[in-house]
Amino acid sequence: MASARDMRLRIRSVKNISQVTRALEAVSASKVRKAIKAVMGTRPYATKAWQVLIHVAGQPGRTSLHPLLTERADVKNALVVVVSGDRGLAGAYNTNIIRFTLQQFDDYKVPVRYITVGRKGRDLLMRRRKDVIAEFSGLPAAPSFMDVSAIGRMAVDEFLQGKVDEVYLVYTDFVTMATQKPVMKKLLPLEVDSGEERVVTFAHKHKTPAAYIYEPAEDEILDEIIPRFTALQVYQAVLESLASEHAARMVAMRNATDNAIELVAALQLAYNKVRQQTITNDILDIAGGAEALAQSQGQK
Amino acid sequence: MPIRCEIVSQDREVFSGDVDIVVLPGVAGEMGILPNHAPLLTTLNFGVIKVRRGEDEEIFTVAGGVAEVQPDVITILADAAENVEDIDLARAEAARQRAEEMLEEGPPPDMDRYLAIEAALRRSNLRLGAVRRYRKDKKRLSHREAEE
Repeated sequence: MASARDMRLRIRSVKNISQVTRALEAVSASKVRKAIKAVMGTRPYATKAWQVLIHVAGQPGRTSLHPLLTERADVKNALVVVVSGDRGLAGAYNTNIIRFTLQQFDDYKVPVRYITVGRKGRDLLMRRRKDVIAEFSGLPAAPSFMDVSAIGRMAVDEFLQGKVDEVYLVYTDFVTMATQKPVMKKLLPLEVDSGEERVVTFAHKHKTPAAYIYEPAEDEILDEIIPRFTALQVYQAVLESLASEHAARMVAMRNATDNAIELVAALQLAYNKVRQQTITNDILDIAGGAEALAQSQGQK
Repeated sequence: MPIRCEIVSQDREVFSGDVDIVVLPGVAGEMGILPNHAPLLTTLNFGVIKVRRGEDEEIFTVAGGVAEVQPDVITILADAAENVEDIDLARAEAARQRAEEMLEEGPPPDMDRYLAIEAALRRSNLRLGAVRRYRKDKKRLSHREAEE
């Protein structure tokens, strides 16, 4: 059995750990709230941009579709943008998103390239020798749109240059504090007339369905809007993932704290036993000594 | 009859309300939009958006974007928009200095970087100019400048 001193040290160190994990839990809890607020902030733009896109794409007399809206008949390469965390200690958050990605794309019909956001995702994919063409890590704790827009721009560039024919986005959707779900979304080509749920139905009927006056030409306007919309989707995914990461970390840290408290209780019990045993032994020694002394005096 | 005006940037809703006239910095020049305007889509330049309602006028800086006009609603999808009254002068000034210093250090290695710095410089100049010209609360302006 360990000595009483060793056990005292052990108990103290476990207590310290529980304090650290408790602090981390509190930090993550406040970060989740901030990230969720940021996600909410992007909704108005996303809704409006989508309405404008539907308007433009649905205009009468459109002859050819914009390249970013056109499905390519011959898909030769795919690009996947994977959003993960920069740091660990977040339970299964990082492994879940990577496992999901590999499930979706390991046996994909065409070669797949990856752009990773977050250090963990990069490391995990590189270790599996995946074709990672770019990585974005070390994003600020509360990224602004500007911090993230380069990712979307890169995806659009790769697509327009014909290096890839499809772009997917994989991230972790924040469902509740306890549930985060990895999801996959098609980024490009943008499917305007698909009946996806994320589409906010355009209930707002305008009085005049007349054609637009375009300034400049309509393709140039689409050139402006679609890349922005793509970048915005990436931005939203990053924010959702951030909220998920913090929520996962919070739960992991709460479990760690609970475990530490349990461990301290068990150790304390064992320590008390050891201490009690030592005291008993000491008393026995003294009693034995006194007895022996009494006997030797009686003999005299 | 007023027209509804909604200004949103990627990270938040900047303005929403019924107004009498909106003046936009369109690519082909400044345009004033009144209620019942024909449907129009335009991209925006760097500049200011003026929103007037009765005697009240609100000014916003906008760093490019897209505006959709319908007879009863104007939707502005802005790349960074701010109410002139809310601009943090000290921050805008610091951003400008940073960008200028970077340009003085010599030409950046690649074009992307150069464009990014230039855009940052243009944004902060736009902010500073707009505040000097349009901010109503001049006292706040002079106070800030005295501090600097």
